[in-house]
Parts: sequence; C-alpha cells; structure tokens
Amino acid sequence: MSLLTSIKDHHSERRVFIARIILASVVAGLLLAIVIVRLVQLQVIDYEHFAERAQGNRVRIEAVPPIRGLILDRKGRVLAENRPAYQLELIPEQVDDVDDTLQRLANLELIEATDIDRFKTLIARGPRFKPVTLNLQMTDKEVAHFAIQRPRFPGVDFRPRLIRHYPDGPAVAHAIGYVGALSEADLQRLDPARYSGTGQTGKSGVEYSFESQLHGDPGYRHVVTNARGRVVTIETGELLDSLPPDAQPTPGHNVFLSIDLDLQRIAYDALGGQRGAVVAIDPWTGELLALVSSPSFDPNLFAAGMSSTQFNGLQSDTERPLFNRAVRGTYPPGSTIKPMLALAALETGATNLTRKSVCIGWFSLPNSTHRYRDWRPEGHGPMDLHDAIAQSCDVYFYEVSIDLGIDNLNHYLDQFGLGQPTGIDVPGEKSGINPSREWKAATFRNPADQRWYNGETVIASIGQGYMLATPLQLASAAATLATRGTRYRPHLVAAWEDPLTGERQLVRPERLADVEIENEFYWETVIDAMHSVMQGPRGTARAVGTGAPYAMAGKSGTAQVFTVAQEEEYDEEEIEYRLRDHALFIAFAPVENPQIAVAVIVENGSSGSRVAAPVARAIMDQYLEIDDAP
Amino acid sequence: MPLSDTTRLVAGKEAPLSGFTRLLRQLHIDGPLLGALLMICGFGIAVLYSAVGESLRLTLNQVLRLGVALVGMLIVAQFPPDFLRRWTPWAYLGGLVLLILVLTSGVVSQGARRWLDIGIRFQPSEIMKLAVPMMAAWYLHHRPIPPRPLQLLTLAALIVLPTVLIAKQPDLGTALLIAASGVIVIVLAGLPIRVMVALGVLAVPGALVLWNFMQDYQKQRVLTLLNPDSDPLGAGYNIIQSKIAIGSGGLFGKGWTNGTQAHLEFLPERDTDFIFAVIGEEFGLLGVLMLLGLYLFVVGRGLWIAAHARDTYSRLLAGSISLTFFVYVFVNTAMVSGLVPVVGVPLPLVSFGGTSMVTLMAGFGILMSIHSHRKLLPH
Repeated sequence: MSLLTSIKDHHSERRVFIARIILASVVAGLLLAIVIVRLVQLQVIDYEHFAERAQGNRVRIEAVPPIRGLILDRKGRVLAENRPAYQLELIPEQVDDVDDTLQRLANLELIEATDIDRFKTLIARGPRFKPVTLNLQMTDKEVAHFAIQRPRFPGVDFRPRLIRHYPDGPAVAHAIGYVGALSEADLQRLDPARYSGTGQTGKSGVEYSFESQLHGDPGYRHVVTNARGRVVTIETGELLDSLPPDAQPTPGHNVFLSIDLDLQRIAYDALGGQRGAVVAIDPWTGELLALVSSPSFDPNLFAAGMSSTQFNGLQSDTERPLFNRAVRGTYPPGSTIKPMLALAALETGATNLTRKSVCIGWFSLPNSTHRYRDWRPEGHGPMDLHDAIAQSCDVYFYEVSIDLGIDNLNHYLDQFGLGQPTGIDVPGEKSGINPSREWKAATFRNPADQRWYNGETVIASIGQGYMLATPLQLASAAATLATRGTRYRPHLVAAWEDPLTGERQLVRPERLADVEIENEFYWETVIDAMHSVMQGPRGTARAVGTGAPYAMAGKSGTAQVFTVAQEEEYDEEEIEYRLRDHALFIAFAPVENPQIAVAVIVENGSSGSRVAAPVARAIMDQYLEIDDAP
Repeated sequence: MPLSDTTRLVAGKEAPLSGFTRLLRQLHIDGPLLGALLMICGFGIAVLYSAVGESLRLTLNQVLRLGVALVGMLIVAQFPPDFLRRWTPWAYLGGLVLLILVLTSGVVSQGARRWLDIGIRFQPSEIMKLAVPMMAAWYLHHRPIPPRPLQLLTLAALIVLPTVLIAKQPDLGTALLIAASGVIVIVLAGLPIRVMVALGVLAVPGALVLWNFMQDYQKQRVLTLLNPDSDPLGAGYNIIQSKIAIGSGGLFGKGWTNGTQAHLEFLPERDTDFIFAVIGEEFGLLGVLMLLGLYLFVVGRGLWIAAHARDTYSRLLAGSISLTFFVYVFVNTAMVSGLVPVVGVPLPLVSFGGTSMVTLMAGFGILMSIHSHRKLLPH
C-alpha cells in the first residue's frame, strides 16, 4: 500500500459519510412511506372488503338434521322410533397408524376383520378431520369393553346419536321397510340441501315411499371454522356475537299405518318361518290390516349398519328373507280364482245354477286325448256350481271355461284387479299376469306361440298356466268378493301428523271401479258356496272353519309349481320339498257384514285348506273377537 | 434539562450524572437505543403470545431467547471497536470456513442445507450477517474514501464469496440481505452516484441471470407476487391470507388475541415470517404505525451513532448495521403486505426464533460499543 493511498482526509471523509447517511435516510423514508401507503390502502380504503373476506373465511353454515317422524300402527303403537345409541368413530388425523388401529379394534371384536379394507377406503377418501363411523350401534357390552381400552386408541371414540329402531323388527319389516345409509344414488334422487347433515334415508316400504313426510326439514346454525374446515368451539364474545341467527330443524311427520300390530304379529307367528305371505285388508276402505312376508329379517340391522358378512348372509340366503313376497311374489292363484270365475260364468250365461257336470276325475277337449286332471283322481261325481266351489271340483270349471272363453275370463278377472298393480303406497309391487289373447300375442315372439289355444283356457280356469298373482292382489280380490263388487285401493298409510301442531292429514279411501255383475243374486250364490267351503258339511276347509263364532267365506287353492308329466302318478313324497305345491287361501268374514278379507300363501305348503287356511282363521279370530276398538 | 452525552463530550467536561445513567455508561449501554429495543421486544412478545395460540410455553421460550440475546448484546458492547476491528478478518475467515463446512457436511432440513451441528445447531450464515459488513468496513478503514475501482473489485469479491455460498444452501433471502449489508458499507463509503446508476442499469441483465439460477419455488414466489389470486390454494395462499388479515384489522384492529385469521389458522407462518399480519389484524393501522415508529427510532438512533463515530471502521459498520436493520423491516413488512415477493425474512425482534435475535442484538451491542467507547478512540 503506497503512502499516497494511505493518506486519509478525515474531514472530507466524514462529510461524504454524513451526506450518504442523509441520502440513505431519504431512501429509507421513501420505502417506509410506500409500506405505510400500502397499509392505509389495505386497512382503511379496502377495509370493508377484507373484513368481509375474513368473515367469509371462518363462518360456515352447518346443517342441523331434523328428527325423523315415528311410524305407528292403527292403534298408535310404535313401529319405528329413534333411539339414542353410541357409535364408534375414528378421526383420521388423530390416528398415527390407521392399519394398526383397525387391526387392534378387530382383535377386540369391535369391528369385523372383513370390513377393514372398506374402512381404509373410507378413511382415505374423506377429509382428514372428518370422523369415519366404524360401528353405528355399539352394544352396551361393546361400549363397556371399549371404555376400558380407550387410552390405547387415540383418535377413536364413541359418540351418542339417534338411530332408527324397529321394536317389532322382523314381524313388520316388509310393511314398513327400513332406513339405511344415504348413498350416491339416493342423493341423485333427493334434494341434497334437505339431506345435509342427515346420514340415512328410507330404503324400502313406507320408510321409502313416505320419505318426504317422515324426513322433516333441516335447520342450520352458523359455526366458526378454522383453516382446515374443522368447527372450533369458542367462548362467547365478538366472534360469536357477529353471527347471523340460527334456524331450528322441523321434525318429520309421524306416519300412522292402517296395520294392526296384533294381527301383524299373529300372521307372522302363524307362518312360523315358512316361506309365504299374509295380507289382511279392510274391504270397505282398502286399509291393509296386516302385510307379512316370511321369512323376514331384522330391519334394525340396516338402520344400525351391518357388517358385510351379515349383509352377504342376508343376500345369499336361499330362503330370500329380503324378498317381499306379499307385494313382489307372484304365484299361480290356483283354485282361489274359482269364485270370480263362477261370477263371470253366471253373468255371461256360460253356466247357470242348475247346470250339473259329472266329474270323473279328468276332462278332455273334443278331438283330443290330453287329459286335464282333477285334483281328486277318482272324481267328484255329479256337481252343480255350489258344490263345484265348495268341493273345488276342477272338471266343472274346465267344462264351463270352454263356454266362457278366454276373453270373458280375462275381462272379469281384470275387473277384480288381476294382472295389474293395485297401486299400493309402497314401492316395488309386481303386476302378475292375467293372460289373454292380446297378452300372448304381445309376449311371445314365435308366431306359433302367439296363438291362444283352448287348452290354455282350460288350465287358466283353475288359476294355472300363465296366470300369476301377488298375495296383495288376491287379498284385494277377496275384499272385492266381500263387498260384492265395491273396490278400494289397498294402502298402508292411514294418516300423518305434524308433531308440533298435532295437525293430521288423513288418507281418504280411494274407491275404484266396481265389478259389473248385473244380477246381485249371483254374488250371494257364489258367497254362499264360499261359506260352504269353510262351514259346509263337505267344504274343503271345513276343518278350519268349523267352530268359528262368525260366518266365514273362503276358498283354498293349491298351485302346482311344475306340471306333472302325463300318465305319471303324482307322488308328493318323491319330489323335493321345493317342488311341492304352493298352498293358497283367500277368505273374508263375517259373510253378511264383512270386516276383514285375507289372502295367505305358503310356498310348498302342499294344501291350501290344511296349511294356509288356519293362518287366515287365526287372524280373523283376533280381529273379529278381540278387536274392540271403535 | 440534562445535557446529552454528546454535549458533554463536545464540552469536554464531565457533567454530573444520575446513578442510573452512570450505570448505563459503565456497562457501555446506550439508554435510548435499549429503551426502544425493549419496547419493540415487549410488544413482540405480546404479539407472539397471541400468534402461537396463547401457548405460555412457547412464549416463555422466546422470552428466554430474548434474555440470552440481551446478555449477548451486553457482552459485545464491552469490546472496544478497535478490538472488534482487529479480530474482523479472523471472524470473516472463520465464517467462510463454517459456510464451506455447511455445504459439505451440514444438516439438511426442509430441503435446505443451512445448519451445522456441533452440539448445538446453528446457522453459520448468521455470523456472516455481521462478519460481512465488518470485513468491508475493515478493508476500507485504512484506505482512502471513496474507494478506487480496483478496491471496489476486492470489496465485491469479499461480499460475493459468502453470498454465493449461502445462496447455494439454498437460502436466497439471507444471501441477498448479507450482500445488501456489504453493499451498504460501500455506498456509505462514498461510492460515486454515477457508478451506482451504472450498476443499477447493469442490474437488469443481472436479474435475468439470477432468474436462471433461482430454484423453482423461488421463481414461483415472484410469479405469485405478480398475481396472487392465480394460485389461491398454493403459493398465493400466504399472501392472500395475510392481506385479509391486515386489511380486516382496519384502523384499530380486532384486539389482542382476537384475530380470526391468526387464531383460526387461516394465516400460515403466523408466528414467524408473517407475524406482521397478526399485528395488523389485532392492533390495526395504529398498532402497525406505532411499531414502525419504534423501528424508525432504532434506525435513526443507529444512524446518529454512526454519524458521531470517530473512525471509518466504526462509522461504516454502525451505518451498515442500522440500515440493514431497516432493510429487514422493510422487506418483511413489504412482503407480508404483498409489495415484494415472499423471501423468507423474519420481522426483526418480533418473529419467533432464536438465532436471528442473537445476531441482531449482537449488532446493537456493536452500535453501543461504538457509541460508548468514542472518547477512548484516537482521532
């Protein structure tokens, strides 16, 4: 370093330095001014805008789900209610090792091992802070068991909530249906706004078709959320005071069914787990008094959420407990249609009260060797209309059917409602088949099959062949016989009620077109014959009807599950149980002043009069003797 | 009216002093500076308590760090500037070695290699925050001012070397601030205005070169600044939320611990880089202006000390420390209010974190040393 460069002029140096300090101060002042201008812009000029955005950030509207309406029977007894239950929940963000936690819960039998993968998918899909339900309804034992283990399961806890409960479970399951977890498909159909906060919806039966009455309307409340969307609880103060007012949810309506729980239980018990169905109806209103399908299932399993093992078990059960036989099962009606056929034949002149046939056990069409057999191989001997109904002679009706013809047969059965949906107020009803020339032409593709043959009329006359009917249709037909032709649409729901105001909405009976029989006397003739079935000296169901303190009219039916080959002895014991005949029975009582009509079907029950008729008798005894309600 | 220190010095005679003032002088403490710093720190602790969700543990943690930093300041203030100057090259060389060690065997955290672990974890770049302006001032101490072109090149090398090492960690924000502290020394030393203008013109192609050296996340920050709403859930989220926080604070703020943006966790990094937004939200424009006023007082007092320093080294160093402090304040407040890109600069003395607090306080210790050892210095 040279001497020159090392000479320093301290005074000029200081002057330069001071000048630079001033320069720097000015620049700093300018920069600071820019920041302050910016702050004034944000905090004063745009204050409103940012204040609003801060509010929008944190305040969220949360739905408060309504309480679902009750379902009650005609006497006000509860069929579906809401019960507090504990559910097991897992909050993903609070669980370190989800796999390990689920495995340990499964080891404690709080969840099923087979459901672990399903839960993992649910956990992976939802937001990390949102609880995933592992067990919708914990038993008291499970709650106690988990309570002890709780410290070992951070992020897993149980929480109270309301779940649907069906006190009479299986006995009423097919009448009222059940609720289940809201699915994607449900949300396509329903208004998502009304279902925010709701986890379940009606899946079948009345729970499904009266969903809009039962559900109610959600309320809402304003909640403060943090940046992750989680609701935070805060003390009172400015934060809460600034929130808009909340709205209370409107509870759903209570729905009253026309079902009588006592009848329902008796019918269910009388079937004793056999495959079958019972439908009881008030003939003068169309109100259904009982609607049973057996075997049944516990609808609480759906409401409480079942494991996949349980669900698969129900679905694959060969007894088909989930299948509603009362409205969806279609069966050949067998001899139960004979009273209706008799009316048609009398009205059209195809027969009269004096006509007699000699039953020799079989019938053949002219120029044919095919034998249409009577159920009684040795025959009934000489038969008039009354005897033919009372003793259920097939040959008499084979002969009359040729004179009546398929067109008339179809026309009159149509008036009784066969082959068409009854319009009951629950979903999924089947129409059955009331065959006709038109039906056959429309149904078959092969031109040879599209023609109607006389032989088909013959077997249609005993409710076999193409003919199919649901238990509900047969009950409705029995009711129509009881009223001598006046028809009402069958329905399950009698009224619904606003739980807040007590205001009731009654369902008016819907009268349908009458069955047109000019001569009133024909009704009495046929009903008298049905009375003989039950209480006459040679009636097919006299074993069931005798001793009843009221006059009862009925008709049994035995429907073949398959056609027995020609010239082959029908040996019941040789064929598998499943191929045994279905037992059917329709009845109404009292004869002069009918109050109840019933249809019973027992699959593979073999004999309508022996197996199905006692079920109807039990129901009628209960309804006519014990029912002292106004 | 009591005479100020300066008046007494100029007068060349000892005026009677109160006991407290005498104690401060004996401890080489500058009263006004300490007062302003303590006010900022006190306010900062209160804000931090709110920003960390009213956690007493974390707040006490910060109080403890503040205590350590104040003790550090006190110790540094005892070393006369001459002593500091003599040790400056060694401090600088030591810092360089540590920076190289960081790049070869540093601890990686959050995608950056910034820490050394020798029993305790620390960032050698913190040493450089003081070592670089000290080195630049040391270099100019015996040389005529303004510096000649060749000397400027040497100075540039002294500044660029640590800057590049730190930028490679990568820690662009710190690198730029350290470079600024060195450049400030040169500017205060009288770098001709025309040279500054020329360098400013050259800065444009320089910026383009820099752009190519930037990491993707750094580029994203610049792009996001230009249009934060283009990526409201990604990189722009911080700026959007901090603007909402500040703006919704209005004139008077929502009140201490009542900030919804901070307490409901909408505002990210609310206890560190974005704590200024918490102040804006809870104390409003008035609170923010008060804090800025305190900062301004600290900077002003530092520049006043620089202006009254007795030798080149002290003068340049005091000026650089004061102005760099201002740069911190400006960059942080401008970034949080959405004026400049988010570069990861904490709000000095308020943001949560220990090392930067210690470095800052050590810097103020140097200022106090410069001020209080004046009369012992040769003219």
